[in-house]
Amino acid sequence: MIGLGTVYVLAGAVFAAVAVLSASDRSNPKRWANGSFWGLFAVSFLLGDRLGNLGNGVLVLMMVVIVGVRGLGLGRPATTSEDQRRVLSREFGNRLFLAALTIPGITLLGSFALKVIIIGGEPLFDPGQTTLISFALSAVVAVFVARIGFRQPVIAALQEGRRLIDMVGWAALLPQMLAALGAVFALAGVGNAVGSLAAQAIPMDSRFAAVAAYTVGMALFTAIMGNAFAAFPVMTAGIGLPLIVMKFGGNPAIMSAIGMLSGFCGTLTTPMAANFNLVPPALLGLEDRYAVIKAQIPTAIVVLLVNTVLMYALVFRF
Amino acid sequence: MLPLLGVAIVVLGFAARINPLLVVMGAAIVSGLAGGLDLTGVLSAFGKAFNENRYISVVWLILPAIGALERAGLQQRVRELIAGLRAMTVFRLLTLYFLIRQGGAALGFASLGSAATLVRPLVAPMAEATAEARLGPLPKQVSEQIRAQAAATDNVAVFFGEDIFVAIGSILLIKGFLEQNRIIVEPLQLSVWAIPTAVMAFAVHASRLYFFDRQLSRQAGVPGKKKARA
Repeated sequence: MIGLGTVYVLAGAVFAAVAVLSASDRSNPKRWANGSFWGLFAVSFLLGDRLGNLGNGVLVLMMVVIVGVRGLGLGRPATTSEDQRRVLSREFGNRLFLAALTIPGITLLGSFALKVIIIGGEPLFDPGQTTLISFALSAVVAVFVARIGFRQPVIAALQEGRRLIDMVGWAALLPQMLAALGAVFALAGVGNAVGSLAAQAIPMDSRFAAVAAYTVGMALFTAIMGNAFAAFPVMTAGIGLPLIVMKFGGNPAIMSAIGMLSGFCGTLTTPMAANFNLVPPALLGLEDRYAVIKAQIPTAIVVLLVNTVLMYALVFRF
Repeated sequence: MLPLLGVAIVVLGFAARINPLLVVMGAAIVSGLAGGLDLTGVLSAFGKAFNENRYISVVWLILPAIGALERAGLQQRVRELIAGLRAMTVFRLLTLYFLIRQGGAALGFASLGSAATLVRPLVAPMAEATAEARLGPLPKQVSEQIRAQAAATDNVAVFFGEDIFVAIGSILLIKGFLEQNRIIVEPLQLSVWAIPTAVMAFAVHASRLYFFDRQLSRQAGVPGKKKARA
């Protein structure tokens, strides 16, 4: 069965290629740092299941040490100039636009279509992972579309991939590291410590105070953990269920739905949600690492206020 | 309370703009030690979770494809396409994108797009080209603001759209958690109550985009007016 393992092999191969291309790029004074950083990423994808837990931990530690001690440089593979690109864009026209849309298109189609391919009574693709598999498939197809439709050699695609991943740099590792940090926090009991702290600190003898403590608490705790999923069980067990539902008779469905969305307001404000907030500025080449967070904070604050009012108005009525 | 030291390290580390990889690693080690693990125990726990979460980093697999299309002139094509639409403004473009993205997320297609597949190759260059077509060449700082706003719009639209879909992770998490506490709710009961916030989030962010657009015109418009007077 084709599953996540196949996708990881493909990702490992791409990172291995990026590592080799990085190490052989003499224009980058830190080419060995880049080469070993992306190389270790490739090892994680290719051999992660065989390294053992401690082995994987040491691998991450090595990647962090490379960034901390030496830092990553910026590879500058030869590419087309702005003028050449303008000429090419006139030649290829809107086909380029269509090619870019094939990526979400294939991901969408594949996430349904791959589920129904059954060979010898067995599904060919892991039914639980079809979205990720189709996403990887769309990445491969788009490289070949660029090869056949727009004369871009596969090696050029890998070099362009290296240019972009170097722009993202160490931030490429951060989302996965934060997920791992969440697991260690859970193991060390951080969630419960924050939850009991919140429940002690806030006097909640009125309905509105309980609602506000819950929505604002969800947002703050989510901002700390970077993930509303980590905050929801703690805040709901600590404030939501005992006060809003049990004491004041609120509707648990409304409370939970709006509570989760209050957590999302926190997600918009925190560097801990790296894949949403720190990766885009890197991909877009922004100088200010926090530019996207700054653009989101006013919306987040107003929507959090709106959520608090909405919950207060709805949760005791239905 | 000792494990909270890890949280403190995270907050202080990010505030001091220390490299986040070092901050995260440091926080994990301190929290783990405070929680009663030894150093190998922390590294093992961290390594295990890191390995299990590799799927998060699969998103980078798309970069060679995006890069190859950009090398063939994708961004230039997108810019020309949008600059040809005279009635387009940054406000209209990003509001329209918000509706499409939020609607798509509500139907369960939140994970179809990301900063790598939609914002960098399509939305950000469109927004910049729209502003340029009306206001002339943009100072670097302004074009960075526009790109940041494009990424922010993408996030806000998805965050407050995806919970309307009944089978999204957060809805299933809520259902499971309430079930553990002997409260049975149907996913539809939850997703319906995501709609009021979705509507309000659209109203809030669209108004912000409106004022952002006006501010762009003012920034670019002031020297223009002076010229007209002279």
